[in-house]
Parts: sequence; C-alpha cells; structure tokens
Amino acid sequence: MTIRVLKPGFFTTAQDLGRYGYAHLGISPAGAADPLSFRIANLLVGNDENVPALEMTLLGATLEFEEKAIVALTGASCECNGSAQVPFNAAFDLPAGATLKCGSMTTGARCYLSVQGGFDIPLVMGSASTFVAGHFGGFKGRRLQSGDVLQVRQHGSFRVRSLRPGALDSLRAPRPLRVTKGSQQDWFGPEAFEKLFSSAYTVSEQSDRTGLRLKGEAVRPREQSELLTDGIPLGAIQVPQDGQPIILFVDQQTTGGYPKIANVIAADVHRVGQLRPRDEVGLVEVSVAEAVQAIGEQERWLRGIFIS
Amino acid sequence: MKIIPASDSSLLVVFGNAISPALHERVIGLFHSFQAWHDPRIRNLHPGYASLLIDFDPLRLTHDELISVVQQLALARDSAAERRANVVTIPVCYDIEFGPDLLDVSQHTGLSLEEVVRLHSSPTYLVYFLGFSPGFVYLGGLPEALHTPRLATPRPSIAGGSVGIAGSQTGIYPVDSPGGWRLIGRTPLRMFDPEATPPTRLQPGDRMKFSPIDRANFEDMPQRDEARLA
Repeated sequence: MTIRVLKPGFFTTAQDLGRYGYAHLGISPAGAADPLSFRIANLLVGNDENVPALEMTLLGATLEFEEKAIVALTGASCECNGSAQVPFNAAFDLPAGATLKCGSMTTGARCYLSVQGGFDIPLVMGSASTFVAGHFGGFKGRRLQSGDVLQVRQHGSFRVRSLRPGALDSLRAPRPLRVTKGSQQDWFGPEAFEKLFSSAYTVSEQSDRTGLRLKGEAVRPREQSELLTDGIPLGAIQVPQDGQPIILFVDQQTTGGYPKIANVIAADVHRVGQLRPRDEVGLVEVSVAEAVQAIGEQERWLRGIFIS
Repeated sequence: MKIIPASDSSLLVVFGNAISPALHERVIGLFHSFQAWHDPRIRNLHPGYASLLIDFDPLRLTHDELISVVQQLALARDSAAERRANVVTIPVCYDIEFGPDLLDVSQHTGLSLEEVVRLHSSPTYLVYFLGFSPGFVYLGGLPEALHTPRLATPRPSIAGGSVGIAGSQTGIYPVDSPGGWRLIGRTPLRMFDPEATPPTRLQPGDRMKFSPIDRANFEDMPQRDEARLA
C-alpha cells in the first residue's frame, strides 16, 4: 500500500524513537522530537510504539492514500481537510483514494501521523529516524518532498485503541520546563541560577531539531574559561559567550565546548518538542531524584490513558 | 576521577582538565570497558578530551548503580590501548585545488609548501574522540610549527574528505558541510558511510597517519565510493 506526498508541509520527516549506540562516532539519536505524542500515535492504531511514523512541523503535509488505511494524528493539533471533522488523538479510517490535508498547527509545533502497520522505512544503524544534517536515515536521508511515495507495512494483526476522555489534558497545561543542574554547574554562581530560574525566555526563530535558542536574561559563568570539549546529554542547556541559553535537542552535536548549566528532564523532552518560535518558556529546578521519579510516573500515566 | 550526574539519564566521568595522551588513555580505557560490558541499559557513550559521558536508561539503571560500575571498571587495568597497535593510514592529496588555504598556511607559518606537507604527514596522530558531526575526528599531535588560526569567515560548503587545520587542531571533514578550517588537502577515502559496519573509518583511541598521494593517485583510487573499512 502506498501513500503519495502531494505537499510536504514545512518540515516533515520519518522518525522512530531514535538511534542509540553510535554517539562515540559523532552520531546523535535523532528520533521523534515529542516522543510521547509519537508513541501515543502508534499505540492508537495498534502498532508497537517504536514503528516509523511521520513528524510534521508547524505546517502539515497533504497525503494521498491509494488504499484504505487506519491512521491517527497526535501532538500539535492542526485543522485537517479544512474542517474540524477529522478526529485528533483517535484512530480513524481513510477510504481508498482519500486525501488527508493537514494544515497549520494551532497548538504546539509538531504533529505525528501514524498508519496502522507503520511506514516501511529501512533501518540505518538500527533506526528509521531521519538525521537530516547527516543525510541518512528515514526517507532517503531527507525531509519529504512533493511526489515522494511512501510504502506501508501490512503484516501482523492490530487492535485499535482509544483514549480515556480528557486523558491528554495534563499535557496541554502550560508550565515551566523542569531542569536539573548540568555538567558544568560548578562554573555558575547562585546569581546565574537565580536569573535562569526567574526569567521568562522566548524561543528564537533560529530553533530546530538540533537546538532551541532562548532569548532573555543572559546568564554567565563566574569566569570566562575554556571548556575542554565533552559529551552532551539530550536536553542540555549550554551557555555560549553571549549568555543566551541554548537547549540542545534530538539532532544535536554529540560533543561540545560550551558550559552546560542545566538539563531538561527526560519527562519534559516532549514539551520541548512542542515549543514554537516566539513561545515564552520558564525553567524550574528539580533534583535528579525527582526527575527520575517523573520518568517513572510518565510511563505509568501512559499505560493508564487508554480505555482498552 | 570525578563523577557528575549530567542529567537524569546520564553520568559524566571527568578524569582531568587537560588534553594529554595520559588522560586520553584513561577515557578510552573506561570507554572500552563499557563497550565490552555490552549492557543494553547503557544507550550511548560520548568520549571527550578528558571525560566520558554515559547515557543510560534511568528506568532500568540508577545513578548509584552506575557509579559503582564506573568505579569498578576504572579500577581494572585496561590493555585495549596497547592492543590497538595498528595505525590507520589516510591518503591525502595536498593539491592546491583540494587545499585552497595551503598558501595561507605556508605564509602564516613561514614554511614552504613542501615543508607544510612533510610536517603534516610525518606525525602519528591520536584520535581523541569523534564529535561535532558523524565521523568527525578530534586529532592530537599537530606539530606546533603548523598551527594556523581558522578562517575569519567560515565557508558555506566544504567537500567531504577535505583535510584542514584550525589553531592547534587538524582533521577531516567527513561529509559535505560548512566550516572554518584552513583546507590543505583532501582524502579520496570515504570517512563516513552510514551503510558500512562500522560506519566510520576511525574510532576513538585509534592512531592515524596522513600519507601524501599525488593527483593521479587520488583520481585512481577506486575506494572513493565503494571502499569498506579495513
């Protein structure tokens, strides 16, 4: 079964939950920027959660389905087919020959489209994720273009699932990003942390899957010294010389030379994936123990949101 | 050795604060021990100049458990560095077309073109780590006489395989990318191939040498695309 890309949208790529085990060769995980919405999209149509799906950014794609399909849309909501009739956060049927036109996203930055069976994307180093800067993975190592034809895997038996009413309301509530102190926390004095945690930052236009540049109160280390290049964890907040923090994201460099003051907790990575340029965001400190606890809670929450 | 919880899913093990072969050996020792341990709870290893970042699954492994593993592994002597006696040779064509900054480097260093090439291709370099982009190597051992500052304005596009100098560093651009290093030559070898196993020609801890080849040799090398890693 094939799906034809009529319009690719702003930036649409095939992703899964990332490519691990190659950071020592300079290869970052890539993968879904909002892994939570990605997993929910797959689970709704009855797929395993790590099956390849499409990640659309800010403006969705227009796709033509040759045969009937069962699909789901999650993450940032966008008006589809010019009406609000296309369900969100629920699996639905598309008849053969149907066109699905996803419009501009109104809440959040990224919308996920899963199809029952999953997109048939070859694995590179164990993952289907597109790493655009490295020109590999996903569909031909790049974002989708008009005229691309995607295949769908069709073996296996699937059981469509549905969400409890209001199950995702908690994801929408605006709140600051939770962070732990970072690798070079010793480089920064109490006033730097005070600034970081009390300021509202604006997400810059120069933000993408490699990193989100924040604009606002500058934070500076106690003294300007040179950091020996070291490894960068996902969600690290590095501070370059101008003091404007950068959240390093899924397509980030694996090593870097700027001090890292803080790190977004794993349970809030999905929120980073939904930040839009010009969004305002605050940062709040939690302990590593609290952050680890939040990951466990999120996994329990995910298991509890489905009716069946 | 200092162990820092860099995030809720990672630990940073810091061995010191200098670029030195002795510290590198400890980084690579721990890196190899973790590779040999082969635990699926460890997701990624990021060696740096004097540190190792260990990314793990916090649902299946705690920071405290990992800290005690690090301490045990760091105690065990690692002989991997000695085992890797072989030196990887990377052929480089130091042609003006491939190295448009050769004349600048010659001018800055006061060395003739021949001396630049001879000096650059004489040491055995140490691969401290890979980072920045897939397959990009951080090498140690560039002779001081060759140190040349990077370009004031980076080039928007550099061909994969280009060999450059930036300050005290030298390296190879593995794929086409923008960059500000002074270009002095190009290797016909493919430094990064996502379909190959392993996907990069060099690994952290490797030793490597540049070997000068002429233009005819460069064009002849069939491995430009189909070469697999030795």
